[in-house]
Amino acid sequence: MTSPAPDPLLDVSGLDVFYGDFQALFGVSLSVAGGRATALVGANGAGKTTLLRTIAGAQPPAAGSVRYRGQDLTAAPPHRRISAGIALVPEGRKLFGSLTVEENIQVGAAAAASADWPLRRIYHVFPMLARRRGQRASTLSGGEQQAVAIARALAAAPTLLLLDEISLGLAPRVVGELYQTLTALRAEGATLLIVEQDLRRAMTECDDLVCLLEGRVALAAPVPAVTREQVVAAYFGEGTRRAAK
Amino acid sequence: MSWVDSVIQGLLLGGQYALIACGLSLAFGVMRIVNLAHGDLAVCGAYLALVMSSALGAPVWYLLPLLLPIAFLAGLAPQVLLFGRALRHGVLAPVLVTFGLSVMIENLLQVAATSDPRGLNGGELALASFHIGRQITVSWLFMAAFLTACAVLSGLQLLLSRTSWGRKVRATADDLDTARLVGIRVRPLFATVMGIAVATAALAGVFIGTIGTFDPYQGTNTLIFAFEAVVIGGIGSLWGTLIGGMALGVTQVVVGQINQAYAVLAVHLLFLAVLAVRPNGLFAGHQAAREAGALR
Repeated sequence: MTSPAPDPLLDVSGLDVFYGDFQALFGVSLSVAGGRATALVGANGAGKTTLLRTIAGAQPPAAGSVRYRGQDLTAAPPHRRISAGIALVPEGRKLFGSLTVEENIQVGAAAAASADWPLRRIYHVFPMLARRRGQRASTLSGGEQQAVAIARALAAAPTLLLLDEISLGLAPRVVGELYQTLTALRAEGATLLIVEQDLRRAMTECDDLVCLLEGRVALAAPVPAVTREQVVAAYFGEGTRRAAK
Repeated sequence: MSWVDSVIQGLLLGGQYALIACGLSLAFGVMRIVNLAHGDLAVCGAYLALVMSSALGAPVWYLLPLLLPIAFLAGLAPQVLLFGRALRHGVLAPVLVTFGLSVMIENLLQVAATSDPRGLNGGELALASFHIGRQITVSWLFMAAFLTACAVLSGLQLLLSRTSWGRKVRATADDLDTARLVGIRVRPLFATVMGIAVATAALAGVFIGTIGTFDPYQGTNTLIFAFEAVVIGGIGSLWGTLIGGMALGVTQVVVGQINQAYAVLAVHLLFLAVLAVRPNGLFAGHQAAREAGALR
């Protein structure tokens, strides 16, 4: 069941990304197989958010390519990537504060890949949002706002869900509930690429792990094939670099 | 009794200001673009109505079903060709571009139509009036302008709050980058917003031309009143724009009754006073505070 498909769902290769003169990613390559959950870890500023935003189409790469189901999406605008099946839950949630919960979710369906995720199904996954549907998104608690952000991405009926630091600023119990939801989504066949600060959670919840270090891939392996020590070493940079810090 | 009359006439005048201002308010609220050519586009609408009205020999009201779609389509062009590009280059570029467009429109109208003042054929409606009590006479034309303003504002409000188009517009107004990220196609959305703004401007232009006269340089003056109505009412609040317009209208007519020379000055002083006391306008304050509260 967990053996990777021969053709990866997402295939990122050789990405160089710049913010002005600052280079955030150096030749980053990554592939995600269908149905798998991949954790993207790394220190602050390692380029995790940049990588997700580049995959989602918010950041044009200077070099490299983003292929999804064999389709070249490198130059595609965000709405075309969403229609192809990629949806992003952005860092910091980025809800539309003056819209209601339901409106936020409906906006997420603007370029939906299919009609597989009607409101009814989303409220089935997030029952607490059904009770808050008419409330302005800005009046919700942090955990509820994060649930809305995930629901908004689900409304696009994605096959690949990109999640950027969904646990940021939330109580452990709330994070646990959100991850339970993700587990349920995986059971329905969703593929996940998750940026997660909590290394232990990343290694228990995900099948594969990719570690970025200063804009480069330092480690990419299935979780069972690596030890926590190896990941920590990749996280901080081995030996000499660690000593230099 | 004459004071009551002044207030009523002022409120009706305010409706005209609101009608001009609502497109300005919409464009700014959604796209953060201060369209300095908005008044000139209204005047263009009046000239277009003049050409069509004299060609077909009919009062302007019958031409609206033709005029408004033309204005809508005409509004798509500057958005796609000019404003959309300008918006990518910071805050100042759109101001310069719309200012340039304003100067161009005024000069082109001057060349094409001379600076003679013109008027539009408003048919029987232009002369009709009704009475409230003995001393107050209300022009049906003013009433029509006021009711049209209310109808346009209600229509826009409904579009914004009830349709999927409106949802996307509000989401984009909240956060442009995230709107793109969740799959909203911002360029066509902005084009339709500008189309609607220009159509409402043209409609306002028809009333300007029917109620008074117009010339190629009227747009700038029109813009000032519209701009003041938007700011007084609170940026991004459509009903605030109506209230703002009415505040301007009442001030102008009531002060004008005391001394006509100070009427317009009083309007500008009111604007400055509101700006000094409530820089966010009368109706945007609590909304802005609420948005700032929980989200970040």
